[in-house]
Amino acid sequence: MDELLRIHMLTVELPTTAGWVRPVNEVTLCIAPGEALGLVGESGSGKTMLSLAMMGLLPPGARVSGEAFLNTADGQPKNLTNLNEPEWREVRGREIAMIFQEPMTSLNPVLRIGTQIEEAVWAHEPGLPRSVVNRRVIAALEQAAMPEPEVRAKQFPHQLSGGLRQRAMIAMALAARPKLLIADEPTTALDVTVQKQILELLDRLRREMDLGLLFITHDLGVVAQVAERVAVMYAGRVVEEGPASDVLMRPLHPYTQGLLAASPTLVRGKLTPIPGTVPQLTELSPGCAFVPRCTYRRAECERGVPEFRPAQSGHAARCVLL
Amino acid sequence: MSHLLEVRNLRKHYQKGGGILASSGKGERFAAVDDVSFFVTPGETFAIVGESGCGKTTLARMILRLIEPDEGKVLFEGTDLLGLSPKDMRTYRRQMQMIFQDPFASLNPRMKVGEIVAEPLAVHEPQLPRTGRRAKAAEILQRVGLGKDALPRYPHEFSGGQRQRIGIARALILKPKLVVADEPVSALDVSVGAQVLLLLRELQAELGLTYVFISHSLPVVAQIATHIAVMRAGQFVESGPAETILTAPDADYTMELLAAVPQLPRNPVL
Repeated sequence: MDELLRIHMLTVELPTTAGWVRPVNEVTLCIAPGEALGLVGESGSGKTMLSLAMMGLLPPGARVSGEAFLNTADGQPKNLTNLNEPEWREVRGREIAMIFQEPMTSLNPVLRIGTQIEEAVWAHEPGLPRSVVNRRVIAALEQAAMPEPEVRAKQFPHQLSGGLRQRAMIAMALAARPKLLIADEPTTALDVTVQKQILELLDRLRREMDLGLLFITHDLGVVAQVAERVAVMYAGRVVEEGPASDVLMRPLHPYTQGLLAASPTLVRGKLTPIPGTVPQLTELSPGCAFVPRCTYRRAECERGVPEFRPAQSGHAARCVLL
Repeated sequence: MSHLLEVRNLRKHYQKGGGILASSGKGERFAAVDDVSFFVTPGETFAIVGESGCGKTTLARMILRLIEPDEGKVLFEGTDLLGLSPKDMRTYRRQMQMIFQDPFASLNPRMKVGEIVAEPLAVHEPQLPRTGRRAKAAEILQRVGLGKDALPRYPHEFSGGQRQRIGIARALILKPKLVVADEPVSALDVSVGAQVLLLLRELQAELGLTYVFISHSLPVVAQIATHIAVMRAGQFVESGPAETILTAPDADYTMELLAAVPQLPRNPVL
């Protein structure tokens, strides 16, 4: 298989008091080696649940169906939907790593930065001598463009600024040289000038390490900076997918169009909100989930979930208007 | 031209470090807000933009005396608020209200929406009967797009955007002249944040409100501000009409902030 990750009809179901809900609903996506896929969605769209499914970190009780094949280092594709815990430990960190929005909640506050990166290295290569590990720790911090890596390795997370903490997280995530990095809103908590640096860093690392990148964000401006392809999620489904420039310049789905029109830019007065709110997963209609907020809705929209309809090469959306 | 609000040489210092975990003695003093002066005329939206830690929230809270300044003056319609007794301050406070960032943390989860929205009336107009309070609460809830069936419900029954509308209703029920909004849309989804920004613009035109609008986001501020002050390390780096700051800034720092904003492709075909 050519792709690094091939997700096919992946569904995640969670038990709630109101019955089973599907935060991820029949999602099909591919990421090639070294490719950056931007996954865009608002809260409740299922983007984070999808990423947790790729890390084997779903909440207890979750039901998963469909397939997610990861091309692993030994050339044997692994289906991530039916791994047991020992198998997950082989994948997590080593094949797929993840960074989160708030690095402070993912870093251990009582361990030095260097110690935490050491753990990441040793977890996957237990026999490595200390001198080699030490070099790998410094190399990982240098790779994440951490200023004064030797000094920072000896510091605790609280001694670092938000941007440096995120660099420490990136160093830790990449220490075991994974092939896929999942970044879940990694710059949302950062100042805009720091965000720019982190986005540039991730882009450089992706190219240098031939790293597949699944970049999750609610911010279309950010996605325009980092992603080559974009998938837009709404209420658990991918509703539009295509090359980043096409999706952002010629959006096909009314939801994507609405998101673009609602995103503030530096130009005043062009703001058009989407009416209504994101639907509860327990109250989805049988048809297109965007129907209640859609200005173009017709009777047929409510009859069933629209299939993906292609517009041009590699650009498609789930909308009856196409 | 008369000023609704004027801030003169406002300062606030905090101790850096210190505390029980400090390695040595007392931390040094550092200025969260360092000699800031500005004025706001009626009907305008004065935006204060800066990155985390620049002092913008401390400044906003000092305007309402939620934090006491170390030095300086806060003049509301010419009266220095810092010299007022708590009793006199109360009569001014009803004319200046605040909208907070987090619509989850700023509403009391045990109170019904009707009580939350009407609470300022209970404080400032105690002579008003319950039915009168309720009618006013219903009216303002209607105005922010919620309707009176919200009255008997609890905050957890509402989404983030709806809760922010409740917060706005509570801030506006006393018909204040000045509203200080601290990051009112940054916790909201994009599509909902745009709704709240437009609502704030409509309410301003309709009720003749004056806003002091605190934000870290230049694109958000661009949608609502008439005047922008860029703040860094406790000071205003630059301040001027919104259009000038956004298109022809003087300060290097403003240019840096503008350049760091992730840009969408221009003129998408919608």
